[in-house]
Amino acid sequence: MKEQLTGAQALIRALEHENVEVMFGLPGGCILPAYDPLLESSIRHILVRHEQGAGHMAEGYAHVTGRPGVAMVTSGPAATNLVTPLCDAYMDSIPMVGITGQVPTAAIGTDAFQECDTVGITRSITKHNELVMNAQDIPMVVRQAFHIATTGRPGPTLIDIPKDVLQNSMDWYWPSDDEVLDSLPGYRPNVKGHTKMIKEAARLILAARQPILYVGGGVLKARAADALRELAELTQIPVVTTLMARGAFPDSHPLCLGMPGMHGTATAVTAMQKSDLLIALGSRFDDRVTGKVSGFAPDAKIIHVDIDPAEQGKVRRPDVPIVGDCRLVIEEMIKALKDLLQSGEQQADVGPWRSRVSGWREQFPLAYDQSEAGAALKPQFCLEKLRDGAPDGTIVVSGVGQHQMWTSQYWNFEEPYTWVNSGGLGTMGFAVPAAIGAKVGRPDKTVWAVDGDGCFQMTAQELVTASLEKIPVKIAILNNSYLGMVRQWQEMFYGERYSEVNLSGTLPDFVKWAEAMGCVGIRVDDPQEAEAAIDKANSINDRPVVVDFRVAEDEKVFPMVPAGQSNDEILLHHSQNARREFLR
Amino acid sequence: MSGNNPYGQDSRHHVLSVLVQNRPGVLARVSALFARRGYNIFSLAVAPTEHADYSRITIVVDLESAPLEQMTKQLFKLVDVVRISELDPRHSVERELIMATVKVSPEQRGQLVELTNIFEAKILSVGTDALTVSLDGSPSAIDDFMTALNQYGIVESQRTGLVALPKLDRAASSRTEKSPQGKAS
Repeated sequence: MKEQLTGAQALIRALEHENVEVMFGLPGGCILPAYDPLLESSIRHILVRHEQGAGHMAEGYAHVTGRPGVAMVTSGPAATNLVTPLCDAYMDSIPMVGITGQVPTAAIGTDAFQECDTVGITRSITKHNELVMNAQDIPMVVRQAFHIATTGRPGPTLIDIPKDVLQNSMDWYWPSDDEVLDSLPGYRPNVKGHTKMIKEAARLILAARQPILYVGGGVLKARAADALRELAELTQIPVVTTLMARGAFPDSHPLCLGMPGMHGTATAVTAMQKSDLLIALGSRFDDRVTGKVSGFAPDAKIIHVDIDPAEQGKVRRPDVPIVGDCRLVIEEMIKALKDLLQSGEQQADVGPWRSRVSGWREQFPLAYDQSEAGAALKPQFCLEKLRDGAPDGTIVVSGVGQHQMWTSQYWNFEEPYTWVNSGGLGTMGFAVPAAIGAKVGRPDKTVWAVDGDGCFQMTAQELVTASLEKIPVKIAILNNSYLGMVRQWQEMFYGERYSEVNLSGTLPDFVKWAEAMGCVGIRVDDPQEAEAAIDKANSINDRPVVVDFRVAEDEKVFPMVPAGQSNDEILLHHSQNARREFLR
Repeated sequence: MSGNNPYGQDSRHHVLSVLVQNRPGVLARVSALFARRGYNIFSLAVAPTEHADYSRITIVVDLESAPLEQMTKQLFKLVDVVRISELDPRHSVERELIMATVKVSPEQRGQLVELTNIFEAKILSVGTDALTVSLDGSPSAIDDFMTALNQYGIVESQRTGLVALPKLDRAASSRTEKSPQGKAS
């Protein structure tokens, strides 16, 4: 005889069958039935202070573990609070499963208390979503949601379950892999690249004199960092790692040019502009990377490897499109290259190109003006100290803005999955909850969040969650008392007309706030104090730590390609302007 | 709707035949995708197929708004979309239905009945000073019929939008079939 369960029991058991170890959430009216069987479950539930926090925690967890993050919240306002994390996960291809309560089926469409059209609202920001109308369907819908979230191009899925469906009884079953596939006839991601295209790509690679490996987040999603390294070393082709791919290739590697794009290194930006072949691996020609598309890498042929066929030709038409999983395709590409080399083909000499690139790297390192004695701290200085003091393998998380760009620039990323940030959506407030999720996923690692004072004030309440749940994250606020990136744009592009951008240099008191949330709070005003504060923070492992670095308010991020301009128009740090012609 | 013969011969318009799983919200997913990506739909017809699990949506898309390739790739990303065929007007059979209520005086009624016979249209309803007629045919026949009716004055009309299937004799070459194996992620 089949075992009878309630829909709620089936939901929790289905999550256990999907090997969910932890979920982030906050209960309320319509999801209440699901919280009851949770009491007997092996799943750890982390009670957040705001549903947006649950979503970003699930994302942070997924970023560092590669496993789907799970967030469970109630209907209406809770579901709308989950919208931002879902959209964030959609833009950055993060595997995540959202579970929302819904008003009882009979009340749907009546504007019932805490009702909203959750599947309608989230349709365009999830890879797939489903309103479950029958308790019997719950196991299949859960399996589909996890399957879709984690395969192909990963992304968020959402399951919306009315309260009565959670309460109704069902006969427990667990669908087989084949049953799941049969239920999704329209979902068959292509993972294996086309052999002929891969061979064609190998030929182009051997013929290129100025090639660049343009590596995006897809390489991390495909767990292809080892394959990428083998490809780069075999061909001696320099590598740029986009904001979403930092850590996919070690920054210390002689072939690594760092980050391209609006605030990328002058070397990475220029090398792409001058390239004759861009090998795009899991990258999507984002506007922050290409600058003005018509002026982007004008002489380059394009090999575009992506598991999502819709990315190919979306921005720039590839000469060789390859639809497939980056790891599998890169491995096949390496084989094809070796075959060609063994059959006597020769690779074009990339030596002159590499020395030209090295020249740029020597001439145009990242640069900032050290602060004079008694003057305010420099954010870049704080990052150098944080980086140098961090234990090996530290995971660094950031919010969105100047501090994010400086972190990406100044941190040394040596391993994959040590960098967590909001790239596509640019969600301010991402850092604190995402760092908590990352620490939950990798409790063995030190997790530093580098945050801005504007970002911190959006989601700081989750540090209460972290204190109570004993999740000892460390937060470095680069506090310039401004919405720094907005200030930078107003200074540079709006004639220094500062509009609604100052956040106050006195309020809040971040140390007191940290302490009120159960954290250790430390304030740093002087460069001399930075190292000691960082050492102290690194030594605390029983609670969260917040370090409030009071940094110079007028510091700007360089290099910079102004929005909408060609990458050739890159603005350098003033100390490098005189040698600009070397970039020609 | 603009212009003469909006379908077929005009290269701006292409016909997509989209097989979808017959599930709640599937039409909303398809239309929301077009709206979200800024693609224009010229006409759209949807109904269940011979197989209860599937519906077929025939969409006439306007290529001014985006390249066809990007539209179909984005459409493929919807989990409920099983197959997309682009139907070439030269190798497919196309039909559309129009119903129109036309103002007509008793003296003119005879002319209108004759016109209806010429087009092989049907008279569905007769009023004292109006007739409701219907015609199914190729989009260009519908256009011609509408032009003819306009002389009398159309009170109200409704076109169904195009539906189409590949021509049988040349079925193999008539559509660019995107098999599920080529599905987007």
